[in-house]
Amino acid sequence: MQELLLIAVGSAFVNNVVLSQFLGICPFLGVSKNVKTAAGMGGAVVFVITISSFVTGLIYKYILGNPNIMGGELEYLNTIVFILVIAALVQFVEMFLKKVMPPLYNALGVYLPLITTNCAVLGVALTNVQEGYGLLEGVVNGFATAAGFLVSIVLMAGIREKIEHNDITESFQGTPIVLVTAGLMAIAFFGFSGLI
Amino acid sequence: MSITGILLAAVIVGGTGLFIGVFLGISGKKFAVETDERWEAIVDSLPGNNCGGCGYAGCSGLATAIVSGEAEVNACPVGGTPVAEKIGEIMGVDVSAQERKTAFVKCAGTCEKAKEEYRYTGIKDCIMASQMQDGGAKACSYGCLGYGSCVEACPFDAIHIIDGIAVVDRESCKACGRCVKVCPKHLIELIPYKQKTFVQCSSNDKGKSLMEVCQTGCIGCRLCEKNCEAQAITVNNFLAHIDPEKCTNCGVCAEKCPRKIIQIQGS
Repeated sequence: MQELLLIAVGSAFVNNVVLSQFLGICPFLGVSKNVKTAAGMGGAVVFVITISSFVTGLIYKYILGNPNIMGGELEYLNTIVFILVIAALVQFVEMFLKKVMPPLYNALGVYLPLITTNCAVLGVALTNVQEGYGLLEGVVNGFATAAGFLVSIVLMAGIREKIEHNDITESFQGTPIVLVTAGLMAIAFFGFSGLI
Repeated sequence: MSITGILLAAVIVGGTGLFIGVFLGISGKKFAVETDERWEAIVDSLPGNNCGGCGYAGCSGLATAIVSGEAEVNACPVGGTPVAEKIGEIMGVDVSAQERKTAFVKCAGTCEKAKEEYRYTGIKDCIMASQMQDGGAKACSYGCLGYGSCVEACPFDAIHIIDGIAVVDRESCKACGRCVKVCPKHLIELIPYKQKTFVQCSSNDKGKSLMEVCQTGCIGCRLCEKNCEAQAITVNNFLAHIDPEKCTNCGVCAEKCPRKIIQIQGS
């Protein structure tokens, strides 16, 4: 239990997926214009990463990393198979939600398909393999990583809403100031290092 | 790595792909949501460039609104009558040939003709400028400020500042009404496209005070009102107004107007 907690805190804050591993920068910059949509995106990411950690964990355990098949030599297929599976999974989740939970589907809206190409999702699946996490650990790691993403994108959106009203030098307007902000946030999150 | 390894890798990746394909295919059938057929048909007949001119989030947003009865079948400003007819057919509503409209700026006070009271050097934005002393630098408090808020609002590049006033390009104008909303002087009006005679002024100032600030504005002399055979012109508050329903575009008013403020398109 303690180990799981350590994994969770570690991947949510210490190794925050955006601010210290620099994964999932695209939605972090793209969908952080206001807090509401940022939270929507974060929610969708939590949802997808948790499920995909579970599914990719299963695939790794029983096919790619299975010592009975080629002595576990098929690990080099991880990336290509995982991305395939994640893309399909997002597609399936979208269909499923549309039918079964229309309110949630409408709430996630356009962000769900966007996640297909979010490298944070693949990043988590590969980290799970690299760190040798089992199924449960993998899912916890996935959930916590996504929660870290949710926290940082919501914080970012909050800051950006304030920045909107500031008088910024012309050359810094738009993306530059956002990147500067992201850099400063990364430094702030650096404070978590050494926590574990 | 042996040949079996290569084969196995191909089988695993190919198998995963195949499985996913079949799986998604089946679940696609199983979880298919019945979308309204009309919705799809409407999306197909809309222009599809998602300009947002209708005020909804893209063409699919408008289609949703039309299906639910929230928006009119002719709500798409870009498609105009042809699209409205198509959608009307889908929705079973009769579209009695929606009249094409165009925006029109009721001011002719170009740089030479209208005086400025002071030099405004602030932000080039009509809304800002209109909050300055006397509602902007132009001596006429009704006139076009010419800072182009309407130009920026126009999604179709159909309005431009020429000689210090906004001028609508009738051919490009889709009558979406954005410029009408944004103009702080309320100078822009949607008029029927076939209407060719207009009073290019919106000043309610008395003749004398108007003459002091503008060389061309309407002074309310009533010559047009008296001479109009169709009785389409009324003068109220020192400003002539043409009723497009009655106007025959005969051009008598434009001839008689001493200020040449009534103009005929194409002359």
